[in-house]
Amino acid sequence: MINQLTLILPEILLIVGAVVVTVLGVARSKVWRDAVPTVTVILLLASCFLVHVVSTEDRLSQAPLIMPGLGLYAKTLLLVGAAALVLLGFGLIDRKLEMAFASGRAAFDPIRVMRGEYHSFLLLSVAGACLLCNAPDLIWLFLAIELVSLPTYIMVATSRAARRAQEAAVKYFFLGAMSSAILLYGFALLYGATGTLQLSGIREAFAMQAAQGGVGTLGIIGLTMVILGLCYKISAAPMHIYAPDVYEGAATPLTAFLAFVPKAAGFLALILLLSTASYTLNAANEMVAARLPQPIMALLWMVSVLTMTLGNIGALLQKSLKRMLAYSSIAHSGYMLIGLIAGPAIVDGFGGSNAGGSALSGTNAALFYLLSYAIMNIATFGPLASLERNGEEIETLDDIAGLRQRHPGMAASLAIGAASLIGLPPLLGFWAKLYLFAAGIERGQTILVIIAAVNSGVSVYYYLKLLSEPLVAATNARSETISASPSMWPRMASIVTAIMLVVAPLFLTKALDAANAASAADARTAVRVAPTTDTLGVSGDDQPSAPEVKVGLGN
Amino acid sequence: MSSLPSNLMAAMLLLPLIGAGIIAAAPRLLAKHIAVGSSLAVFAISIMLAWQFPEWTSGRFWPNNSASELALGVSFTLGIDSVSLLLILLTTFLTPLALLGSYTSVAHREREFYAWFLVLLSAMLLAFMARDVIAFYVGYEFTIVPMLFLIAIFGGDNRRYAAIKFFVFTFVASVITLSGLIYVAAARAQTGLPWSFGLAELQSFAQSNDFSDTQRYWVFVAMMIGFCVKVPFFPVHSWLPLAHDQAPTGGSVILAGTLLKLGTYGIYRVALPMAPGAAVEIAPLLITFCIIAIVAISLVCFAQKDVKRLVAYSSVSHMGVAMLGMLALNPVGVSGSVLYMINHGLSTGALFLCIGMMYERYHTKDMDKLGGLAKKMPIWAFFMVFFTMTSVGLPGLNGFVSEVMCLLGAFSARPSTALEWPGLIGPRWMLIAGVGSVIFGALYMLYMVGRVVWGPLKEPGHGHGHGHESSHGHAHAGGHDNHGLPPDLSAREVVTLAPIAALCLFLGVQPWYVLDAIGPSATTTIAAYPEAVKNYLRTQQEAEAAKGSLAGETTPEITVSPDATSATGGRISSLSDGSATSHLPISSATATP
Repeated sequence: MINQLTLILPEILLIVGAVVVTVLGVARSKVWRDAVPTVTVILLLASCFLVHVVSTEDRLSQAPLIMPGLGLYAKTLLLVGAAALVLLGFGLIDRKLEMAFASGRAAFDPIRVMRGEYHSFLLLSVAGACLLCNAPDLIWLFLAIELVSLPTYIMVATSRAARRAQEAAVKYFFLGAMSSAILLYGFALLYGATGTLQLSGIREAFAMQAAQGGVGTLGIIGLTMVILGLCYKISAAPMHIYAPDVYEGAATPLTAFLAFVPKAAGFLALILLLSTASYTLNAANEMVAARLPQPIMALLWMVSVLTMTLGNIGALLQKSLKRMLAYSSIAHSGYMLIGLIAGPAIVDGFGGSNAGGSALSGTNAALFYLLSYAIMNIATFGPLASLERNGEEIETLDDIAGLRQRHPGMAASLAIGAASLIGLPPLLGFWAKLYLFAAGIERGQTILVIIAAVNSGVSVYYYLKLLSEPLVAATNARSETISASPSMWPRMASIVTAIMLVVAPLFLTKALDAANAASAADARTAVRVAPTTDTLGVSGDDQPSAPEVKVGLGN
Repeated sequence: MSSLPSNLMAAMLLLPLIGAGIIAAAPRLLAKHIAVGSSLAVFAISIMLAWQFPEWTSGRFWPNNSASELALGVSFTLGIDSVSLLLILLTTFLTPLALLGSYTSVAHREREFYAWFLVLLSAMLLAFMARDVIAFYVGYEFTIVPMLFLIAIFGGDNRRYAAIKFFVFTFVASVITLSGLIYVAAARAQTGLPWSFGLAELQSFAQSNDFSDTQRYWVFVAMMIGFCVKVPFFPVHSWLPLAHDQAPTGGSVILAGTLLKLGTYGIYRVALPMAPGAAVEIAPLLITFCIIAIVAISLVCFAQKDVKRLVAYSSVSHMGVAMLGMLALNPVGVSGSVLYMINHGLSTGALFLCIGMMYERYHTKDMDKLGGLAKKMPIWAFFMVFFTMTSVGLPGLNGFVSEVMCLLGAFSARPSTALEWPGLIGPRWMLIAGVGSVIFGALYMLYMVGRVVWGPLKEPGHGHGHGHESSHGHAHAGGHDNHGLPPDLSAREVVTLAPIAALCLFLGVQPWYVLDAIGPSATTTIAAYPEAVKNYLRTQQEAEAAKGSLAGETTPEITVSPDATSATGGRISSLSDGSATSHLPISSATATP
């Protein structure tokens, strides 16, 4: 127990930090209020550091986790990504109000100051996403997912004074509540199908069912509902409809946040849950990686194709930058699903490592794609967050025409981000797509990969606008009134991420090894954890029967 | 990676990038000098590389070591054989000339123009040097980004549309090529071998028994989709005339001179050796397209009023001839095809330079508005006519050698299993292709030259009584006019064109130096083809024989009638081979004599 608490120390730090930040935010002194974003960044980075301190091999293997390595990779990604996303929001939230306070036009009113709230909700949401990696059971998983989502609803509502933000928040909330209900129903069915809430127990039960001739109908329906529920988080079809409205309604730094943190959380949850269903038993009664059950494959396949196609076609029709990027974000979810369909590497024997490199894991590819998507996301949203017209956000393609003349750094960042989203070599996005496609093809999903390839061809058309408007077009009346926002941090964040997109391919091996460790380690613990899964006491009936089935199967 | 050739090649890849970096920081007016200087330095290094190159007549790759590996078997292995080296020399030779030819025509945003140009040089060289398909793809694909900017920033009135069309066409197609390449690598990894994207590894795997015929077929189709768009091949060529029409002179020179060669080079280096069986199956379709391209596009050229569009369309037709030579699948045709790539790069590149020089002076490329320019610009007229002659294949100039070789190769590629190098074309089709390429090709080019260079003098600005030098109204995107340019070519422009002309003449009278270098490489590339073509012909015969045996039961005389044609005559002679007859049903074997 102490062990598990130690493992979630980084999250505890974040939650305590959320309280501290709230208090700082309503401080009377402007100096304290201004310190809020800085403190948030420091908290996130400290927490990231803490993750590396507490995640020792020993602790991870003792914790009841089905993918012990996942946390280290995913939390680092989430925390550093979130820190960069906070940088994007520097000086944006509540700037008008602060200026009113400063000029004496408005008396200081703690109720109206939202700076602290925004950052504390951000911390809570990130803490939820981090907690999710440590989930041993469905309850924890569900709570973590809700902790990711609930703060974002409030963040959307308060991020801008505009009415659109409130409209977006309401849409976001109601659809989110519906998806949570679907997810929870799915969890209930999973419990019914396997008799346990422990992820490792569910995995064992599914592996046994798979060996006996297929995962049962109840389990399939449960997984289906879980996938549909999580489709909302990853903005995948058919639950993607909210994304353009919400992304457009929210303030740009928050849009970037929504395109990354909830999506990453959704993918991590999907990876955890799908990994329970992608094992079977071999003749020696050992769990071995296998394909997902056929109906789940088919479902994911359709979701993936629909998501990338609808996302790209939707993006083609947009004039608003944020709506376009919202659809693009939908399309990228579709690509990432290829990795999940390909699933974990099928290697000889349980716990066999793919050090030989001949077996590719789709899960790794998806995790790596998530990393590069995070960087591309900030490089593309960064310029939008750091530019403004008379204090209002920039919205259309006209606004960024000829950007290179007055803001060359932002134009370059936007162009590199867009080129990387296209998947142009030698940028990071290309390598991410390469691994994803390679994993997909290796696991027999050639048609899916070809659909994705054609889709990324379609996507060229709208990304080219992002690439060429700032660098090629001449300025127009609208774009001449664009100015940079007073804070330098959003610009710094976007330029640094753009440089990373160019330089990161040199460190490809390291990133891939990290992604490998994140998903490959799951094989180790399952055997060890299996006997102690009955912590809830519910699964007592099921567990004893397991060995008999195994023996029967062996004969 | 410490050996001399690797260092030279790495220097050639990095130098343009460093040059581009310096240009970005340097004053605007120095940009062109830095660009020409660094591209000349790259040219010098490429000459050194050629000097050191030991494998001119062996067809082997040099150096033959593998470089450090990135993750997933991707490595940046560099290695060249004689064909890659020739294309590298073509690239490094044309680039400084294209830059020199752009000195006065690019009058705004110079730094971007010259920096992107150098990036383009580096990307093209990477594609020609790579021995790893992913490294090849990185270079191949990255060329479209600088070209996008060159067209979209410095092009004509419709430049944005042209640039986007160019980008979307080539990108979509090459992503499919990439999928095909990944497919081979994934299939190879599935057999338990470690992941690798090495060209040699993938090709030997694709030809092994672990790879089925169906797989080979689709992989070849996927690869051809990308390469054919780049070539550009007949049904997917529509981006090219538009891109050329809109591109600035320098961009057009490189686009026609070397970028299109990436497509044919890809077919030569990657696709053809990968899947011989599949290539033979698809070859008849491709040959049909070649012949349509040669004939139909020649006719399209007649309809053009814009000089540059005409030359652009002629490129499509000419690349059809190059493809036909390649699909002849015999050493003569393939060597001719490779030589055609080089010659086409020289002559069409030079023609675009000439047209650019004319455009700078008259601000129009419309044939209706121009005429008799020989009276005003005799030096220019000399070069224009000279390069037209190389383009139409006048004996004594380089175009003749390669065109004759391509046609000869195709002519001798008869479908007969008795030949050492059987092919799939045969003489009848060649008549059409030959007429198309030799006669039509000459006609439209000569017609164009006749109107523009000779005849009564016609100048666009003349009607206003000002003379062309003060035709301010025609100032285009850059807002500059032809002040500062002499009526005829300046010394700089002569220096730009003269080396190309000299090389054209040299390759016309002494092609052996190049042909001796190409020959062994071409033979190695298509080594597996005679067998594949023979297999294909045998299965065709069996299918026909099976049909014949069915027909033979009802109406025996039908089986005799196809014998009249020469094609089946060739097949029947092969029937006497024991190997062929053993597969045949008895009834047809008895019926044919």
